[in-house]
Amino acid sequence: MLGRTIFIDPGRCIGCQACVSACRECDSHRGKSMIHLDYPDEGRTVASLPTVCMHCEDPVAPCAEVCPAEAILITADGVVQEADPTRCIGCANCVNACPFGVPKIDLEAKLQMKCNLCYDRTSYGLAPMCATVCPTGALFYGTVEELQAERPGVDVSTMFAFGDTVVSTGVAMVVSGERRAPVPGGTLNLIEVNGRPTPGNGARA
Amino acid sequence: MSHEYVPLDPSVAPLGTRDFRDAGGLPAAAWRADQTEQTLVPTHCCFCGVQCGMYLRVDGHGKVFGVEPRNHDINRMRLCPKGINAYQQVNHPDRLTAPLMRRSRDEEFREVSWEEALDFTVAEIHRIQAEHGRDAFGMLGGASLFSEKTYLVGKFARVALKTRHVDYNGRLCMVSAAGANKLAFGIDRAGNPFSDMLQTDCLLIAGANVGECFPVLTQYVWGARDRGATLIVVDPRETAVARTADIHVALKSGTDSAFFNAVLHVIVEEGLTDEAFLAEHATGWAEVKATVKEYPPARAAEICGVPEEQIVQVARMFGRAERAMACHARGIEHHTQGVENCLTVINLCAATGNLGRPGAGYGTLTGQGNGQGGREHGQKSDLLPGGRSINDPVHRRQISAIWGIEESELPQAGTSMMEMVWQMQRHEIRGLIGVCNNPFVSLPNYAVVKDGYDKLEFHAQLDFFLSETAANAHVVFPVTTWAEDEGVMANAEARVIKHNKAQEPPAGVRTDTWVMCELARRLGEGGKFAFEGSKDVFDELRRASAGTVIDYYGITYDRLEATGGIVWPCPSLEHPGTPRLFEDGRTYHPDGKVHLQVVEWRPPADPYSDEFPMRLTTGRTVAHFLSGNQTRRLGGLVEQTPRPWVEIHPSHGFRNGEPVRVVTRRGSEVLPALVTEAIRPDHVFVPYHWPYPTAANALTIDALDPRSKIPEYKVCAVRIERAEAIDPVPAPPVPPGREPYPEAQVSRTDPLPPTSPQGRGTAERG
Repeated sequence: MLGRTIFIDPGRCIGCQACVSACRECDSHRGKSMIHLDYPDEGRTVASLPTVCMHCEDPVAPCAEVCPAEAILITADGVVQEADPTRCIGCANCVNACPFGVPKIDLEAKLQMKCNLCYDRTSYGLAPMCATVCPTGALFYGTVEELQAERPGVDVSTMFAFGDTVVSTGVAMVVSGERRAPVPGGTLNLIEVNGRPTPGNGARA
Repeated sequence: MSHEYVPLDPSVAPLGTRDFRDAGGLPAAAWRADQTEQTLVPTHCCFCGVQCGMYLRVDGHGKVFGVEPRNHDINRMRLCPKGINAYQQVNHPDRLTAPLMRRSRDEEFREVSWEEALDFTVAEIHRIQAEHGRDAFGMLGGASLFSEKTYLVGKFARVALKTRHVDYNGRLCMVSAAGANKLAFGIDRAGNPFSDMLQTDCLLIAGANVGECFPVLTQYVWGARDRGATLIVVDPRETAVARTADIHVALKSGTDSAFFNAVLHVIVEEGLTDEAFLAEHATGWAEVKATVKEYPPARAAEICGVPEEQIVQVARMFGRAERAMACHARGIEHHTQGVENCLTVINLCAATGNLGRPGAGYGTLTGQGNGQGGREHGQKSDLLPGGRSINDPVHRRQISAIWGIEESELPQAGTSMMEMVWQMQRHEIRGLIGVCNNPFVSLPNYAVVKDGYDKLEFHAQLDFFLSETAANAHVVFPVTTWAEDEGVMANAEARVIKHNKAQEPPAGVRTDTWVMCELARRLGEGGKFAFEGSKDVFDELRRASAGTVIDYYGITYDRLEATGGIVWPCPSLEHPGTPRLFEDGRTYHPDGKVHLQVVEWRPPADPYSDEFPMRLTTGRTVAHFLSGNQTRRLGGLVEQTPRPWVEIHPSHGFRNGEPVRVVTRRGSEVLPALVTEAIRPDHVFVPYHWPYPTAANALTIDALDPRSKIPEYKVCAVRIERAEAIDPVPAPPVPPGREPYPEAQVSRTDPLPPTSPQGRGTAERG
């Protein structure tokens, strides 16, 4: 059940990076942006894609699961917080575990950095800075009903398929009304890991 | 145990609370509890013609330190990256805080007192005007100034300097649209508010990279499409908005009028015209109809380099829409037939009856923050306040009476900005005061501009950063940023909004208003410039505009503060303003009709040859603004887009990042290639925000539209060659003994092009 959360609609994104600049303004990490902004079709089109933390619900926060220092905490509202700096050892396990490539490591500080859905702002009743300023609504903060009131005919998905693994998330992706299937993830189709076939590619049941 | 008293500064976290968690990831000692001390000052962005509302965050010490989104009617909390970073200019280490002066360009600048700088300036004005006549001293204003200051530029030039030579940088921006609007409608502004886009059935955007130049307008474009509107984009490049349009017409730059004539040809052929509207509300239709008959799609397809079917598709989509809207920007205006290009779009709207209704209309998207207001109140060479003509004896008498001078004392019309540079080359203009402009980056054909300015015997410039142009001057006056003074601007909708003062200027800095009034006083005209501040000027401006088409009389600071802005004409204090024009079917011509104008396509000024076979077009990128004097100093924006590039199609065989020499008849420079299929193979694109030797405007042609005098920035003949090494981007100028703020300049030396025209992706940063 989605409450107030971020909805991402890459089809609307103009790649202006207002979200990147806005994230940098946050009082909890001024000068550092947690947003990823990619131009995935480089050389062909100017298409662009913002990525914020998806706040994985099932499996719950792979980044937190692999953290050897138990530094990544999840609040009762499902928000996966950035690594607690008093615990984080900067090992980058979370970077490798995240299916969406979200966490970054500040090499100088040896600390992880990650979007926490602007916890400092949402707890004041403010929307996250990125989704507040986004000129196009490619990043939208609110409820799914508010989104659909503004954009008739759209639907959202919180299911992402990486090979056979489906991850469900607390942040949603806008999809067309006809499509409710999981959004295909961007990973390679792994057929073999350490010399052993993966499920669906000849692995024994 | 000895007691150690801790000084309690409420904005600094006390010792003992300085653990890392409380500091939220910043080093605890550097953390300041600003959030509890701040004041939010409602104002607007200093940059483009959208004029988004924003709050400036002011700390307990009265200093601007951040920005907070503001739910203003124009932007609904949205901001682009320029707007978010804008506040960083206010307390920027590169700010000018003392007048700079030198007696000749061989000397270095030295910091002097205001007294000395003003004395020298006034002495030079007297000397030049005594030796060579009053018109030998000129003045150039800018359209990022508040309207009050633009009014003062015009009044100062004519009343204090008593010169005819005054113009402004809006001459490089929206004068073509202004010319077309005046010819067709008798009023110079967009016909419809932005929000009308949400009610349209078909939106046509011609020559406007909305996603990069007016990012916050995209919400209206996407909102229109959410409600079922179709979208047509006319642009040689596949921009972010063109990418998803229903039809993207990637025509050759410099062929717009042929295209729009052909679209109108099809609309006539297919019976999609609104003959009732034309009969009742337009003149000249028979002539226009006869002209477009000569532009069948096959002919235009040949000229424009687009498929014939596309012209038919556009005509049907636009012509069949119940309500259609057309917007354009510099893409069709920056041409030697810029006025005519705009007229062909007006013809299209009028012929289909799309004027003066919700969701049906027409408008130009002004580029500069006060692009609209800056052209209304008399800093243009041929205009007086209220859009009055300086050639009209009645208008001259009216303004002379308000200014308290004899009509015979009021100078005649001057020349346009580029023409003034040519006059500097010929020593016809020997002295100049520039306010709020940076022609060394923004005017075309840099070699000519540099030569013209170098020939000036005296040049003073007002700015808050040392621009490339100011760095070449004799005197530089340090003035306020937009956040240190109050005043109004009119956005692209002609909505007048008020900017509020958020902090006191740094010591040593004065307002432009103060500088102009003080110079006027020293020139013996102080009585006519007894203004305490913007509000006094605005009250005179209101009176000076009363009764004209551009009527501000009913707009007051109090009303602006109580509303989200008021759209002129607003003739009385009770008048609600006029967001949409022509609702009663009448234009502002005496006959109330739309005056349709015949347009024949003409090729661009710079001829193609075997030596220069391709087309160079120039424009903006989202992270930078105009001449870049502001944005090239803001770290986040430099990091997003550190340097210019040349955008070329893969068919030319260059690899991404390879050095490419771009050669025109006026200059050549080496830029890294951004290889992309999103541009026509016969075009290259260079963004223009950087100075020589990486200036797009060292390549562009100083050919002007005969009517609007706008330079042809958007097309010239070019060739590309392989090269060895790219030209480095110079650091922004600073006064002697200082260096540009190093933290903001870290990325400037990156030799690579950005990932995409919008900037470097976050993964591509060092």
